[in-house]
Amino acid sequence: MTVAHEEPNYMGVFWWLLVLTILEICVIYAPMAHLAIVLLLIVMALTKASLVAMFYMHLALEKRTLGIIALTPLVLCVFLIFALTPDLGAVIHQSPKAEAAAEGVHGEH
Amino acid sequence: MSQAAVLEHPGVEPAESPLTPESWGKLGMWIFLAGDAMSFGALLAGYGALRYSSGDWPTPSHVLGIQLTAFMTFLLICSSVTMVKGLSAIQHGDQAGLRRFVGLTILGGVAFLSMQAYEWTHLIEHGMRLSGNPFGASLFSTTFFCLTGFHGCHVFGGVVYLSCILVQALRGRYSVTDNNPVEIAALYWHFVDLVWILVFTFVYLV
Repeated sequence: MTVAHEEPNYMGVFWWLLVLTILEICVIYAPMAHLAIVLLLIVMALTKASLVAMFYMHLALEKRTLGIIALTPLVLCVFLIFALTPDLGAVIHQSPKAEAAAEGVHGEH
Repeated sequence: MSQAAVLEHPGVEPAESPLTPESWGKLGMWIFLAGDAMSFGALLAGYGALRYSSGDWPTPSHVLGIQLTAFMTFLLICSSVTMVKGLSAIQHGDQAGLRRFVGLTILGGVAFLSMQAYEWTHLIEHGMRLSGNPFGASLFSTTFFCLTGFHGCHVFGGVVYLSCILVQALRGRYSVTDNNPVEIAALYWHFVDLVWILVFTFVYLV
């Protein structure tokens, strides 16, 4: 037995998704700082993903606990990114000059 | 099943789930999708980490075909719309509408896979390999093929899943009061669309 939901405006969501996709493509060619472009792209992608989840997957009409289940992967991903950050710093600070110097030190022994 | 029968067999599950009163299957699909989202999340986080720590990562929009993938994104968005329209049709008792819209959704998925096969063939002809590429960091092509390939497998799975739903729809299996399997399949398909939105942004545009 299926519980009837009030139907969202599916075509309205489609037009928003389309406009955001076109904007995303325009943004990558915009004369802006790379960081600003990346931030804009992330905001637009998350907005589009939220639109799909909320209205096409009907998360907006479901119980809050189901929303928590759906959000769990996002929270864990943020934790994963923080967990990876120290390793990223280690790789980035290992410049070619530093590597050459390290090789020189090892070569002397 | 009567209340007495349930009491006689304590192993029988209760008829309703508190989270998804429609069915246990819907809750099961949400839990599966949460697990699957973690797989994609880990792949995307790994992609970001490798890219950020690489000095010679190529600019994706200079190497990959943005126009083609933008059209593929448009196709998947359209297929999400046809999927919700199909679900809406059967919720209003429109059997023909369900068959038409699920059929269109499958077509959208097949078209997406065909374009991905074309894109991969084109890139492989230009030297992109799982182990390296002529454009810069070797992990650029490794991560590209892993991420888009993993997503492509999901699209293929979705096409097979929806084909099974279509066969059942052709047999008149679903009705206004019994259409939960369509809603569960729709959840999977929208998830595939949602993930592509993120893959398109992070792998092709950023």
